[in-house]
Amino acid sequence: MASTENLREKIKSKRKALQASLGGSRQVDDNRASVAVEIENGARNENARKVEEIQNEDEQVENLKRTMKAQRQRRKKMLIDDIDDVHSEESIQEVNIITHQQRTLPPLPVPTPRTSFAEYSMREKMREKLKAARSKAQSAIQQEEASAPPQHLTPFKDQTSVIQFDTEVDEEDMKTAGVDELPHPSSKVRFHEIANKIKQKSKDGFPSAEEAYNFFTFNFDPEPEEAEEKSKKQKRVGAPKKIDHEEESEGDWDEEESTIRTEAEEEEEGEEEDQPLVKDNMDNEDDYLFIIDQTARDFLVIRAPDYESYYSRQQKDKKVLFTPSILTVATSEKIPEDMQPRFLEDEGIYVGERPKVSKSNQNILEHRLLKNKEGKKWFGSDGRIIALPNPIKQTYTRPPIFSLHEKVDPAIETFYKKAEKSIDDNRYIAGSMELQGRFQLDIDISGIVFTHHPMFSREHVLAAKLVQLYDQYLCRQQHNLAGLYSDKLCALRNAVKSITDYHHVHISVTQRRLVEYKSEIRTTRRMCHMEQEKDWTLLKNLVKVWKDVKSLREFQKFTNTPVKLCLRRQQINRKADEINYEREIQTEVAELLEDYQEEYENKLAEYKKKYEEWKAWRKAKKAKKKKKKSSDEQETDDTEESSMFEEFPKPDPPEQVDVSLVEQQVRTTAARIRRKPGEPVLTPELSMTATVTPTNQCPRGEQLRRQDVQRSTLYAKIIFNNKEVSRTSSQTLSADFRIHFGQIFNVQIINWPESIKIQIFETMGMSSTKTEVFIPIPETTVLTGSALIDEIEFSNAHRITFDHEGVGSGVPFSFEADGSNQMILLTSGKLACSVSWAVREDGVPLIPPVLHENVGVQRSLKHVDAILSIGTSGLTDMKKLARWAAESRLDPNDPSNACLMQLIMSATSGEALDHDYFRLEQLQEEFNFVSDEVFNKSKRFRLLQLRNEEVAEFHNFKQVPILDREISEKIFQEYEKKCHEKDTVDITSHLDPHRALVARFLQKVRDSVKNRFLLAKHHYILSDMVVEEAVPSISMLGISLFKLAEPRRPLRPRRKERKKVTAQNLSDGDIKLLVNIIRAYDVPIRKSIGGKPALTSRSARSINETFSTSQIPQSPTQSHEWFTNQTSVRPFVEVSFQRTVRQTSTAEGQNPNWNEELEIPFRAPNGDYSTASLQSVSDDVFINVFDEVVYDVLEDDRERGSDVHTRVERHWLGAVQVPFSTIYSQSRIDGTFRINTPPVLLGYSKERNLSSERGWEAVRSLSEGSYLSLFITVEPHLVPGEAVNEKMIEMLRKLETQEDEKLLQKAEKFQKEVKQKFPNRRCVTLVTDLTGKLVFITRFIKALSPPQELLDAFPQDYEATTELVARYVSLMPFLPDSISFAGICDLWCTSDQFLNLLAGDEEEHAVLLCNYFLAMGKKAWLVIGTAIPEGPTAYVLTYEQNQYVIWNSTTGQYYGQFDAFCPLQSVSCLVSADNVWFNVQKYETVMRVHFDTSKPNLWKPFFSRNFPFPGLSSVQPEELVYRRTDKAAAVELQDKIEKILKEKIMEWRPRHPTRWNRYCTATLRQFLPKLEFSRGGEVGDDHSAELQNQLGDYRISGFPINMSFSELSPIIEAVHSTGVHNTMIPQVEFALAVYVHPYPNNVLSVWIYVASLVRSR
Amino acid sequence: MLSGKPSVFLLMVNGQIESADFPEFDELYCKYSYVYGHDWAPTTGLEEGISQITSKNRDSNQCFVWNFPMEITFKSTNPFGWPQIVISVYGADLFGNDVVRGYGGVHVPTTPGRHKRTIPMFVPESSSKLQKFTSWLTGRRPEFTDPKVVAQGEGREVTRVLSQGYVTISFNIVTKDLKKLGYDSIPANQTSDNTGF
Repeated sequence: MASTENLREKIKSKRKALQASLGGSRQVDDNRASVAVEIENGARNENARKVEEIQNEDEQVENLKRTMKAQRQRRKKMLIDDIDDVHSEESIQEVNIITHQQRTLPPLPVPTPRTSFAEYSMREKMREKLKAARSKAQSAIQQEEASAPPQHLTPFKDQTSVIQFDTEVDEEDMKTAGVDELPHPSSKVRFHEIANKIKQKSKDGFPSAEEAYNFFTFNFDPEPEEAEEKSKKQKRVGAPKKIDHEEESEGDWDEEESTIRTEAEEEEEGEEEDQPLVKDNMDNEDDYLFIIDQTARDFLVIRAPDYESYYSRQQKDKKVLFTPSILTVATSEKIPEDMQPRFLEDEGIYVGERPKVSKSNQNILEHRLLKNKEGKKWFGSDGRIIALPNPIKQTYTRPPIFSLHEKVDPAIETFYKKAEKSIDDNRYIAGSMELQGRFQLDIDISGIVFTHHPMFSREHVLAAKLVQLYDQYLCRQQHNLAGLYSDKLCALRNAVKSITDYHHVHISVTQRRLVEYKSEIRTTRRMCHMEQEKDWTLLKNLVKVWKDVKSLREFQKFTNTPVKLCLRRQQINRKADEINYEREIQTEVAELLEDYQEEYENKLAEYKKKYEEWKAWRKAKKAKKKKKKSSDEQETDDTEESSMFEEFPKPDPPEQVDVSLVEQQVRTTAARIRRKPGEPVLTPELSMTATVTPTNQCPRGEQLRRQDVQRSTLYAKIIFNNKEVSRTSSQTLSADFRIHFGQIFNVQIINWPESIKIQIFETMGMSSTKTEVFIPIPETTVLTGSALIDEIEFSNAHRITFDHEGVGSGVPFSFEADGSNQMILLTSGKLACSVSWAVREDGVPLIPPVLHENVGVQRSLKHVDAILSIGTSGLTDMKKLARWAAESRLDPNDPSNACLMQLIMSATSGEALDHDYFRLEQLQEEFNFVSDEVFNKSKRFRLLQLRNEEVAEFHNFKQVPILDREISEKIFQEYEKKCHEKDTVDITSHLDPHRALVARFLQKVRDSVKNRFLLAKHHYILSDMVVEEAVPSISMLGISLFKLAEPRRPLRPRRKERKKVTAQNLSDGDIKLLVNIIRAYDVPIRKSIGGKPALTSRSARSINETFSTSQIPQSPTQSHEWFTNQTSVRPFVEVSFQRTVRQTSTAEGQNPNWNEELEIPFRAPNGDYSTASLQSVSDDVFINVFDEVVYDVLEDDRERGSDVHTRVERHWLGAVQVPFSTIYSQSRIDGTFRINTPPVLLGYSKERNLSSERGWEAVRSLSEGSYLSLFITVEPHLVPGEAVNEKMIEMLRKLETQEDEKLLQKAEKFQKEVKQKFPNRRCVTLVTDLTGKLVFITRFIKALSPPQELLDAFPQDYEATTELVARYVSLMPFLPDSISFAGICDLWCTSDQFLNLLAGDEEEHAVLLCNYFLAMGKKAWLVIGTAIPEGPTAYVLTYEQNQYVIWNSTTGQYYGQFDAFCPLQSVSCLVSADNVWFNVQKYETVMRVHFDTSKPNLWKPFFSRNFPFPGLSSVQPEELVYRRTDKAAAVELQDKIEKILKEKIMEWRPRHPTRWNRYCTATLRQFLPKLEFSRGGEVGDDHSAELQNQLGDYRISGFPINMSFSELSPIIEAVHSTGVHNTMIPQVEFALAVYVHPYPNNVLSVWIYVASLVRSR
Repeated sequence: MLSGKPSVFLLMVNGQIESADFPEFDELYCKYSYVYGHDWAPTTGLEEGISQITSKNRDSNQCFVWNFPMEITFKSTNPFGWPQIVISVYGADLFGNDVVRGYGGVHVPTTPGRHKRTIPMFVPESSSKLQKFTSWLTGRRPEFTDPKVVAQGEGREVTRVLSQGYVTISFNIVTKDLKKLGYDSIPANQTSDNTGF
């Protein structure tokens, strides 16, 4: 306190002084700064020297005064404020005895404002001089100190090995030891020096060199400050070889300076050496100041007064701020002096691992600590900061938290927890705000009456007892139970009497009543006696206690309580009373006797009965005994019996009741419980009229007690919901231990009332006791005004004793002199209070609304008695209650039962019947917006439902009409028909019952598969929803980088990727099919009509030239014709798709070149452009090649010169058929396709160069037919539904499979491996069978014999047989999977399934063909690859005669490996019955592939040595069963087809008559079987010749078409596409012949010969 | 038909895409289109539109104002598939790439009268951090394959989106014959005589 006062004083005076000396605000600021320091110091002082405080006070005052004086003096001399401040600071330092020597500064040279140039130049000069002087001095010092060790103290521990702990070794030496370990670059040192120099110079005035040198030597002390400032960036230890360093070390470390001085320094600082150390600073300082003052005075004149240089500010900062160095602190500083550091760890004591603190931080901390006065106590004996070992465990002890969300740090992971209503919320009364505001409880505390209090005197105890008893008495008197019972008894007796008197007749009812009454009398009498006894004892007790009081009063000779009991004696007629008494006794005796008599009789009757039994038993016993004697055999039995008999005791006859005994009994009880007859009736009356002895007349003990009583005060706290609400005023305890508060507290509440508690605090002198009283929360009916004041008893178990008359509490005491009959009384009393709900002025009670329902019920359950709460809803089961009422025979006349009875009546009579059933979803009907009947009848709803179910017909139905009448029945007709068809097979449309069955089966499979994958279809993956750029992989990045480096080739055309369009955005007309017709090769040429039949022409054989064909002589005319008929064909191409026809221009010649692009619009079925819908488009693109023939029809030769009259005819030459599904899935088709030319092309011949055509060698040339180069694509680019497929496969993986798990894994691995290397090659290992299960592919390959019929056809000709088999397979109808299972993956059928279905795609065909070939003993493989136009497909590879032959199973054609026109483009897999090989060769084109599977570097086998073939059983049947086809059926079909086709052709020519040339038809019909037999072979030439012969007059153009039979519509379509019907020549005649050739198992080959005939002139 | 019971009801929507609130972005434009059920067909008006590019307001609330009008009339036989307007907002990013800033959709109000709707907008999130970075770098952020997916619920479970801002649209709805066909879309507290037509 004193010190701060001092300080304040000081500050004031200082400020005054400053203001006097220097005007200006800055000084004030500065002062403030210093003042702050002072305050700080002062504070520190206080802390440090609490004890010395007082002693120091005076000293301080002294000191301060002294310093003040000094300061003032100084200030007079020098006007530089900063120096001033320094001193003020210093003085305090002194006072505080904190010896910071650097503070004891010599006066600073005043920094000069460098405004004048002259000054500047002067300074420059001076600097020069100084430099010279300095360097001189330096060099001298350096020489001296070259060997002198620098001062430094390194952590002592490091040196332990080096240094001996000699006591004489001073710190200096220790520093020397540390030198080597702390290397410091000399450059730094130099920098330091220069910096110092510059600084010094800059602040110097204009001293001469000498002066400068002087100054330099003087300037030791200001220097350190600067060094200190720089210590942040520079190491103090870094300048070991110069004086500056010394100074620095001094500056930084005063202690050091005081103790450590090198000799060199001492030499240097001659004067300084003499200086006393710390204590004498003052004087020194003054001296310095004096010196500087003289120099400073000169500048004062020059410079502006209020400028303060940066430097000086820095200086000031330094005084205020302390920047701890980050350098290591010498150990010696940290340990107490004359102590050697001691390392516990080295002594083998465990010290634990210290927490890791960076060295620099640690150093800073050490510096900071050392700065404090008691800093050393923070350091241990080893010179390090005392620290506990690192508490952090190195290992986790908690189990790691595994988070569901990986991204979230488990430590900060948040969990969702359902919001919980806090309990507090319920406590708030809902809606209290908008209702009448607050609710209010009125708590009325009227007073407290103690029934026992520690300060009760004995008399008080008795008096309290008396009062209590009297209260009890009054209470009983009020109830008068004894009187009540005796009256009742009288009434009952009278009743009995009257019954017995007037109804002698023993009617059962009266009899029963009598019994009832009697029992009633008995109980009533018992009750009456009890009550009477109680009354009597109470009276007796009263009198006794009063007597005690009286005796006590007498004994203690004073009266404490005003209690006085008067007994009023009421004299009564003794005689009458006696008579009355006697009579009562008599009646009682009589009744009792009666009872006893009754009892006796009962007993007697019982006895008699028993006695009879006993008698009978005895008799029996005797009889037994006799028997026993007579016969010994039964002995055992007898004994048993006898033992049984013996247990029967002889009954005792009941005793007769003694009358006198009974009377005696009655009399004794009467005497005990009643007043004696003739005795006066005593009525006690308690009054408070006794005079209390005044205090001064009492003995000392009592006086003390009374004083205490007066001293003690009481007050009560009202605690609502455990919070204090209010408290009463405190009242002194009155002598009668009653306290009257009479205060009403209005408690406005927001919370639900949970508890109301009143705490009674009694304070007596120092001590106070607390007693708690809980008050029930009032019922809602309890309102202010009507509330009664309750007396609530309370007690307190505190133990209190007094040394005066007070009996205390919880202490045993006795009234008796001998201390016997001890009793312990606890403080107790009654609190008179009432709690009620307040009523507003307008009479509205302020009761929370919900209290009625919630709290009220619960409370009533707890507190209110059961009867009263009856009727409260939900409390009772009425039925049970009624039953109980009936059983317990409630007195209906009893008024207390009235409400109960009423309730029961109402409950039982008017009770509604309970529902005995329970219903779920009773609201269901509410939600039905129409009844089911209406719903089923409505066409609209049906339509909507069907559409929702995505039934094909209604899938995209737009605008379902809103009214039923607008929906025509026709819409459903078709659908219903279809539904109907499912059950009944329509034979007519299918022409063949078997086909119909197959169609049905296929439909079923389709449906089931569709259903199975419906789920997956609605399963989306991210790429379906979000377009996201794939992250470029490193290889991609590399490629793109490489591309950057690529030379630019602007002229090189590049294919641009077309943008893919998702199907859903499309509508009609958006999609176009682009067909680019490029060129054709080897188109058949016309034969001149008049010319020789081209025997040499072999056009008909072009396709199926067999190897058996032998030696067809080459015609010499051929070459001739070649030249002459060069331009004899003018082909053009017509593309028809979905009945839209486009055609190219006409080109000339055999190898025409069109290069034309045709655009054909595409319409999706039902306008549904979804992927699934597009995939199921089964339309084909027909590309027909026609020859445009121009006929000169000019009738008259004369007009030939002037007119040109020609007719253009077009002759079908061939066709290429591409299914749209292929285009869609391939997205483009590019290649050269073989034109399907008919075997016989009337009027045309094929000119080719045939060199050698022998057997297998001929294969190459054989394949030369007519070819067409095409490019087909869809614009815009549609996204094929591949994503769906992949998902399907994923789905299938999860589906059931019978394959071994190991195999599945291996397959997956294998597939993954090869996919990585050759992403374009298709690897097929697992395929889906018809049931949707995954099956390993090799299981499908198994040798299966072809129909014997085929094998027998050419018994000798092996090759022919092979070809026939291939043809048989190719005749199986083709049905692509993508159409049947739209959007679903490939399904593979086994061969028997295939034969049954008679429909399948490439895989089935190939498998079947492969199996046949295997059966025929060929080496055959299944080739998985890609082909045009099919895309991914399966072919069959056979090895024959040292070469590989590739078979297209769907066409039955075969190609050599080196056939340029082989449709198979790439080979990726080979499958045999026991292995799968994947093509790992560089090339995949057929020609460049080596088919030697034994080489693992070319073919990667699936089953290798590591994973041998596990012997997978085949899924194929053991043997294929073939049915012979019914020939009659074939003929029937043949006629049917012919009829239909003829009708169709006529239909297509609506405006022209269609004439049929029967003769020609007949000829053709004969000819067709031959064609079949030769498979379109050699018969062609003969046939045309024959035809020509027969129909010489006609110009015939026509051709046979061969197809496999599946349905009628493709046939019609094929005929239509030929355009034969388009001939508009008048007089044209047509010929049409159909031949159906049956092959086993219902495979039918259909031949259709269409021809048009024009009669030539 | 004129006097008798009508067979279609008409829904006329006009209004405008008023403004948007996209913090952090600038220079935005929006596209709108409608998604409706099979039984709906637009009779007149534009089904789709692209607004002008607007810069953000320079005042404190920084909203974008397009005030882009739209007007369309639908006819329908079935309230199922009630039209939804789908709005997608685009803007140039740091490198000038056109980037989607938000998708959002809301049902066209069913009750006649003037309505204002504020649609929260969101964009699909990249599936990984790396992709986020690359998409930011290349300026090709993930987009919905079709903005209309925001109007349907199927397949949304595979996407993760980030909310971006709000677009405010005002609608003026007029219906015809809706009530005659038995659809009462007007709440009870509204008077029924403002059904229009």
